[in-house]
Amino acid sequence: MTTATKTKMQAVTGNQAVAEALRQIDPDVIAAYPITPSTEIMQRFSEFVSNGKVETELILVESEHSAMSACIGASAAGGRVATATSAQGLALMWEMLHIASGYRLPIMISLVNRALSAPLNIHGDHSDGMGARDTGWIQLYSENAQEAYDNSVMAYRIAEHVDVRLPIMVCMDGFIISHSIESMQFLEDEDVKKFVGEHKQIDPLLDFDNPKSIGALVLPDYYMEHKRAQHEATTKVKQVVLNVSAEFGKKFGRDYGLFETYRLEDAEVVLVALNSAAGTIKDEVDRYREKGVKAGLLKPRLFRPFPYDEVGDALKNAKAVCVMDRADSYGGHGPLFMEVASALYPHRQGPALFNKVYGLGGRDLMPHHVDQVLDETIEVAKTGAVKMIKEYITVRN
Amino acid sequence: MSETIEIRWHGRGGQGTVTAAKVLADACLSGGRHVQAFPEYGPERAGAPLRAYNRVSQTVLRMHCPVLNPKVVAVVDASLLDAINVAEGALDDAVFVVNTARDPKEIRAKLKATSSQKVFTVDATKIAIETIGRPMPNSSMLGAVNKATDIVGMDVLLEDVKNSFGKKFAQKIIDGNLDAVRRGFEEVQQG
Repeated sequence: MTTATKTKMQAVTGNQAVAEALRQIDPDVIAAYPITPSTEIMQRFSEFVSNGKVETELILVESEHSAMSACIGASAAGGRVATATSAQGLALMWEMLHIASGYRLPIMISLVNRALSAPLNIHGDHSDGMGARDTGWIQLYSENAQEAYDNSVMAYRIAEHVDVRLPIMVCMDGFIISHSIESMQFLEDEDVKKFVGEHKQIDPLLDFDNPKSIGALVLPDYYMEHKRAQHEATTKVKQVVLNVSAEFGKKFGRDYGLFETYRLEDAEVVLVALNSAAGTIKDEVDRYREKGVKAGLLKPRLFRPFPYDEVGDALKNAKAVCVMDRADSYGGHGPLFMEVASALYPHRQGPALFNKVYGLGGRDLMPHHVDQVLDETIEVAKTGAVKMIKEYITVRN
Repeated sequence: MSETIEIRWHGRGGQGTVTAAKVLADACLSGGRHVQAFPEYGPERAGAPLRAYNRVSQTVLRMHCPVLNPKVVAVVDASLLDAINVAEGALDDAVFVVNTARDPKEIRAKLKATSSQKVFTVDATKIAIETIGRPMPNSSMLGAVNKATDIVGMDVLLEDVKNSFGKKFAQKIIDGNLDAVRRGFEEVQQG
């Protein structure tokens, strides 16, 4: 039984959904610099500020590097802090991303996934998020506007948890979700406020009775202990995500885990994909099931930290798994593939595994493209032979 | 899946095509339906051909890709009929709604529509000039599309137009748009 008030369905863009979540959360400070396709989030939020709908102090800075710097200062001071960005904007934050996680500051970024330049492209792919994979931030990926909204509502509960205290990115696909109108349900303002709760920063700089310094030089004598502590905190994230998601599900009736499985229980041929493509794949999984093919999908939600054990367990009984990456690690396999391969390493007698790179720079993934991948996965399941481990699809030769 | 209605809009930048798709999506929420509305984003400039899409379904819409096989094709600018094949991929029982002063039979021939496909025309631009005072054919096209497809109650659609335009425009513009929707609905012709 859910205890929250049911609200009616609304048709909104992904950006609108996230802006609403931020309004309801009403963070202490937001520092932002606009970049397509995330701009609309802050455009809408600045209206909330101007119209007195939030108490947030909005700091308009001259670059994303400054945006993250301001977020770090505000968070260290003791505030609940957020920003939004995409692509080059996240790239420009890069050095500050490490500072945020190293200082253990629970800042939220609404990351609207977009391709990195060059060539210049404003459309959706995951190269920005994957580029920030090793920055120490928690990453949640979202299939649609509803998930982006729900993940945003849950984000601070995860990031600020006393066992965690790490920054978090909530990701959704640029344009495909950020600019598309879809039906979804908002939660009531009061329910969100109650769920998110008050933020109490540990050791805030604005506690003048207990002065402290942040950002001291740490040489070989203690640097590694700091990093070890950061690693330990990261290992706690999974359980916190599960707990917060369970509470969210109980209150609001929408269930989330570390990843979503779709018809995976007895599946022999499985696709793994992040974000909006997963929706298109679910429809095709249904069509293949009707034809008698045991198809399934695994859609990671928590990408950092990656739940290796759980993903390995979920996939070990499949015959063939194709991991679909909307980003590339040039000279390596796709970033999602590398994680799934690691997860399956303890199950070496498990499924045959291969990798398709799709959808870069916003190229559409159509149902018939999914069918081609499913057909090849069926073939691999039959023969056990993978022709090419990593291959680009939907691309000119 | 069969209960999902897919619509493809063809227009030119500056005609309010994307707004039409958005308003229609919002109106179709009625009756607990699920909706999508999304344009194909290119370099956005006035006069450039653009497409926008709608999906309306009783079940949750999970697909996130353009519409390839539309049930409804709405052509907001008839000059596109000479520029691109707007009938591409249209279903056997597709419904075409074209903004033109020309005879629907002539448009049917131009589209090479099959006997199982329906063709409607409406002079949406003329209606727009007379009701709104500007050649902005989106509202009259909305009325025409609704008459041709019966996708949502007219009262719901009018209410939604009122709400959507009410946020941005003066009462005179809102009233003009409501008139445009009504006249598009009444004046559309089948051929």
